[in-house]
Amino acid sequence: MSERRIFEHPILDFDRGYEFYFDFEGKKIKAYEGETIASALYADGLRKFTESKKLERPRGFFCAIGKCSSCLMSVDGRPNIRTCVTLAEEGMEVERHGPKAEFPQTDVGRGGERKKEEIEIAVIGGGPAGLMASIVAARNGSEVHLFDEGDDLGGQLVKQTHQFFGSHQEDAGTRGIDIGKELLEEARDVGVEIHNGSKVLGYYPEKKITIESDGRLEIYDSQGIVYAGGAVENYLSFENNDLPGVYGAGGVQTLMNEEGIVPGEKVLMIGSGNVGLIVGYQLLQAGVNVVEIIEALPEIGGYQVHASKIRRAGVPIRASHTIKKAIGDEKVEGAVVQKIDENWNPVKGTEREVECDVICLAVGLSPDTGFLRQADCEMDYVPELGGFVPLRTEDMMTTQRGIYVAGDAAGIEEATVAALEGKIAGAAIYEELHEETEDTRRSKEEAKEGLDKMRKGPYGEVPKQGVKTCTVDEEVCG
Amino acid sequence: MSEYKSTGIIRKEDLEIPSDERLEEGPVVIMECVENIPCDPCVAACSFDAVEMEEITDTPDVEYETCTGCGFCVTECPGLAIFVVDCSYSDENCKITIPYEYIPVPDEGDEVKALDREGNEVQKAVVTNVRQSGKTYAVTIEVDKENVWKVRGFEVEK
Repeated sequence: MSERRIFEHPILDFDRGYEFYFDFEGKKIKAYEGETIASALYADGLRKFTESKKLERPRGFFCAIGKCSSCLMSVDGRPNIRTCVTLAEEGMEVERHGPKAEFPQTDVGRGGERKKEEIEIAVIGGGPAGLMASIVAARNGSEVHLFDEGDDLGGQLVKQTHQFFGSHQEDAGTRGIDIGKELLEEARDVGVEIHNGSKVLGYYPEKKITIESDGRLEIYDSQGIVYAGGAVENYLSFENNDLPGVYGAGGVQTLMNEEGIVPGEKVLMIGSGNVGLIVGYQLLQAGVNVVEIIEALPEIGGYQVHASKIRRAGVPIRASHTIKKAIGDEKVEGAVVQKIDENWNPVKGTEREVECDVICLAVGLSPDTGFLRQADCEMDYVPELGGFVPLRTEDMMTTQRGIYVAGDAAGIEEATVAALEGKIAGAAIYEELHEETEDTRRSKEEAKEGLDKMRKGPYGEVPKQGVKTCTVDEEVCG
Repeated sequence: MSEYKSTGIIRKEDLEIPSDERLEEGPVVIMECVENIPCDPCVAACSFDAVEMEEITDTPDVEYETCTGCGFCVTECPGLAIFVVDCSYSDENCKITIPYEYIPVPDEGDEVKALDREGNEVQKAVVTNVRQSGKTYAVTIEVDKENVWKVRGFEVEK
């Protein structure tokens, strides 16, 4: 494939800025304003970004959101720069330094004096849950600071090109990308102070958070916190699963729907939950061939309507199948898949080679709860919600009074649920710090009714049971 | 376990469909949505109140005598699971309206490949209407009457 950038797309318009070049190990690399270094390199065809420390295995593009450390390179003499979240600039000098970077010869600091501030409410995470919590608390009169490590707020909504399911009243039928924009606009309108590019480093009693923003340390002393830090993608064990070309579904969405770059030519999708089916469909929309979707369970995990949509496009979905290994030395050049029986044992003689250059993993998510553990919130393992989640009241307060949770960090569900939980948390934190108002009472009531509706039916039964096991009375809270 | 749970392919037997008389009368909606998922935009999309749902997780209940087959709901369904069939069109042919979100978008009069629920080519078909709502299109194609339950997709030949 000569051109990996998407110029025509049925849903998205890629508004690329001006074209320029930067230097990569002596080669001129084309980039567009607003593109990350890693994206521009990926579009140019680079697959090996660094290597592993011990076995020197190739490491490439993976998470695309600054979490996995597979893309660390030296930029203008500064080592260990996360190139997937660092924008390319004209004339930059970029080079790979492998796993052992040398101590920088140039002045590395970009920060300045640390900043310390007292604030009322800190909301962590700018996805649907955090945005909604911020909006409700701020429109009642609270001073709300919303922190997000990304440049663009909206959380995972910014990658969701499909129309949302759920209730017509709660934005169903609207595309995720548009919901994110509307929420962000509303947050600005009601006076939420937005801190983008602000990574939360840690929690300190009493309700203090530390932030890194553009190389500077910031300390915020708050009266109340809503944590809406989302989720991390699950991984899968198989031979060669660390080859460049094995990507998480979220990374693929970021590259394809935000950066406008296709991940490859032929994709093998692992997992048929809604994420696997939807990302499979988005790949087709971007003009990428999805060779097949495999699913370990005997049944497709996601909605029938999503599965039918992708089957109509000629993509096979094979239940009771798993991946045995990825083929390739420096990057994915294929995969071996096989059937498994009802006890998850491989069926002999069913091994089959699949031609592909990308293996996309859509095998579930786990709540990202490190911050809450640090704040001593009591946790419980709830498989129905994707792993360890904080105990919480019906008002979304954790066992630490004044610290609330909403969205995937409270349990893996979907965006509408996240927004509804955020609405409850935003109203409840305002009530705790001030008083009940007509708006907070109504917001909580409506959102709780909405959650009950969303958690009906066979798909809603699972999270509903999960939420039941980790919901506690307020007396339990400190 | 219903077959579609492992294949993703709906069969005619899985659906509640209009009577033969209603089908012959004129265009009518076919909702290929059989699971209890929390979703209801089709109810609000209908100007004739032909779609009912008590709980958001119910499957849509279509009053086929009220449905005019206008097809407005086709582009409003997030699952792209709504089609309109018109068997009254002629003795040999019928029309099927299909939601479409790929490029290129066909023009009226174009010939496309009509596909079944597994993406296999069933026949060639002519596009008779293209309607756009947001980024989703409702494309109507003309196919042989015998293929009315087979064809559910199409591919524009590049």
